Amino acid sequence: MGYFLQQLVNGVTLGMIYGLIAIGYTMVYGIIGMINFAHGEIFMIGAFVSLIGFMLLGLAGVTWVPAMLLIVLVATMALTAVYGWALERVAYRPLRNSPRLAALITAIGMSIFLQNYVQLLQGARVKPLQPVVSGGFAFLADGDFTVNLSYLQLIIIVVTFALMVGFTYLITRTAFGRAQRACQQDLGMAALVGVNVNHTIAFTFVIGASLASVAGLMFLLNYGVIDFYIGFLAGIKAFTAAVLGGIGSLPGAMLGGLLIGLIEAFWSAYFTVEYKDVAAFSILVLVLIFRPTGLLGKPDVEKV
Amino acid sequence: MTATVQTPGRAATPPPRPLDRRRLLVDAALTALVVLALSFALVGFKIEDVPGGLDLLLRFDDVVVAAALAFLVRLGVDLLGAGRPLPVLATSLALAGALAGLLVAEQGQTEPGALTRWLPFGAVVVDWLVVMIALGFAARAAADLWRRRATVAPVATEASTIAATLRVATRVLGPLLLGVAVTLPFLPEVDRRILDIAILVVTYVMLGWGLNIVVGLAGLLDLGYVAFYAVGAYSYALLAQSFGFGFWTCLPFAGIMAGFAGILLGFPVLRLRGDYLAIVTLGFGEIVRVVLLNWYQFTGGPDGISGIPRPTFFGLELTRTASGGGETFHGFFGLTYSPTDRIIYLYYIVLALALLTNAFTMRIRKLPIGRAWEALREDEIACRSLGINPRNTKLTAFSIGAMFGGFGGAFFATRQGFISPESFTFIESAIILAIVVLGGMGSQIGVVFAAVLLIGLPEIFRDLQQYRMLAFGGAMVVIMLWRPRGLLARRRPTIHLPPEGAGR
Repeated sequence: MGYFLQQLVNGVTLGMIYGLIAIGYTMVYGIIGMINFAHGEIFMIGAFVSLIGFMLLGLAGVTWVPAMLLIVLVATMALTAVYGWALERVAYRPLRNSPRLAALITAIGMSIFLQNYVQLLQGARVKPLQPVVSGGFAFLADGDFTVNLSYLQLIIIVVTFALMVGFTYLITRTAFGRAQRACQQDLGMAALVGVNVNHTIAFTFVIGASLASVAGLMFLLNYGVIDFYIGFLAGIKAFTAAVLGGIGSLPGAMLGGLLIGLIEAFWSAYFTVEYKDVAAFSILVLVLIFRPTGLLGKPDVEKV
Repeated sequence: MTATVQTPGRAATPPPRPLDRRRLLVDAALTALVVLALSFALVGFKIEDVPGGLDLLLRFDDVVVAAALAFLVRLGVDLLGAGRPLPVLATSLALAGALAGLLVAEQGQTEPGALTRWLPFGAVVVDWLVVMIALGFAARAAADLWRRRATVAPVATEASTIAATLRVATRVLGPLLLGVAVTLPFLPEVDRRILDIAILVVTYVMLGWGLNIVVGLAGLLDLGYVAFYAVGAYSYALLAQSFGFGFWTCLPFAGIMAGFAGILLGFPVLRLRGDYLAIVTLGFGEIVRVVLLNWYQFTGGPDGISGIPRPTFFGLELTRTASGGGETFHGFFGLTYSPTDRIIYLYYIVLALALLTNAFTMRIRKLPIGRAWEALREDEIACRSLGINPRNTKLTAFSIGAMFGGFGGAFFATRQGFISPESFTFIESAIILAIVVLGGMGSQIGVVFAAVLLIGLPEIFRDLQQYRMLAFGGAMVVIMLWRPRGLLARRRPTIHLPPEGAGR
């Protein structure tokens, strides 16, 4: 029982990270109907920017952990958001009215480009980070097994929740949210009633990128090592999460992320750790076969 | 049909408009600001490994230079757009000339690095890239100037002119290319290195043609093609290792196994729509790789399989001395032994396989099943109402494409003599798909061009190893932005009703 609870905690933490990335996928898919293949690289860039931020703060002598986290969080979100914006402006906006495959190819090209860009600039070696947040508390003793909730896991869960609340507010209550939802329903119609479609799409990428960068920061804190290749697998799994939750649905993305995180944690704990990626992909295939719209997605009606 | 392709669209040269200097500068400054933000963290600081941890290295000169260049580029683009090519031409020529002069002088210096601080970037390749971009601007500006002088404004845009020329040339070019390909090993100046590159290019051409059946004809987006490539390679390697079969015995098996894998994977997923199908096939590709990596007893895991037999020529070995009582090729024909013989033989094998793929595709296009694929690509609902079974039709395309992938895999295994899961990563699928899409989906000759462009060129510039994939990704983006339908886009159905040009 204790072991089970421990895996539950680990899985939820992992799921939060996937969920944050998945939101970027699902928003972009919802609004322009393309898989933003380079989104995983944005997450990776977020992780690298946070690592540089932590090192800079270390050199500057800032040691108070909450201040460090807050500064790095804000700086990473801001700088990575620019990457999201530039990505859309350079690679996707010129192709908005082109065949869908064209945008997918530029997305894959961008993904390869960004990976190698970071590899060239920062080197191919794995980059470690000293633990920034340490300690935790044991909240349940089950025989000789205690369930640990580290402060880091607590921070990840709390920050994700806070971001989710803010994000939900943004989408449901603000003018941008209204424009975003309108564009999701019908780009042309939204443009006709005066929504600035270009701005809305650009801002969607900015938000997706900043959420992914937070996920990158958490990944860095959680695992302590990053390299230029982490974006690929994390991106694929987050996309799986988005599809599992129902692509285009924002709560679905979070739910899907949580489920993927839990599946991965439990699979690693009770079965074989080597095949944990296979488990995640198999879930994707099963979901698409039996419930192609995902858990919370709306059925896609094909009009003739 | 008229002989020249004329596309209505943007006029050749935008007429000069009154210049809004302030807006121009603001635009350029904003671009520079964005580049500054982009490069601030990742370019400005380099994480260095030092004993006992990491250290940060500052590179802010590069950040500033990048921002300044972005300013100039944006200014240039805006000026060209406003119909002012003259200042762009002057500035870019001056810049390119000065930079190129510096670079050449730098190479001539006995003491390396004496002129480095005058160059914009530390890396010479990046400096040359800057020169190229400046030259590109100069060429564009010159073209604009020339067009303004010309009394007759040409209507066709340059991109479509190129495509039209190529398309007309295709009729001549196809046989010509074939001739070059067949005689390549015997042309002068062709050494082993060029043959190796040629083998690689033709392998990708073959894989591209195989995937073209799935993507170009049937319109199914397959991001996991490498899985079938892997199945073919491992089928041959394992059959050869366990039963001692030769290449020619295993080749059909490898294809059949890959085809079956295609049916197996395709059956559950082919009812999904475009993007979903892409992601699921990607997932399958990764699953196959992970299984190959972890099923140690069967596949050797990360160690791979080595000692895969080379192909024989009707039982004659292409080695110096025959193993186990066989006879050698040069011994049988009374020739002197040359190690290139084997390479030439491999080249002809893959060429034959590629041509087989091409011939098969060209023929099957005209069969009912090929027509059904193309119809399905255009409109699935219409097909359904006409009584075409979409699932079975897609499944045939998927498994036939997979079969050719399997042939390619078997060839890969016999060429390398060693395979491991390392060779079958997602990036391979992406490269093959990029070749198909960049070539123009459904265009057979486009695949050849794209393969030469994407595989051949980077191989020739092998010295720039570290920039290879960066340039590859960048090229994918740039080509797609330039021609969103591919280099040689031709997505016309092969049958028309009524015939084209009737009633004109």
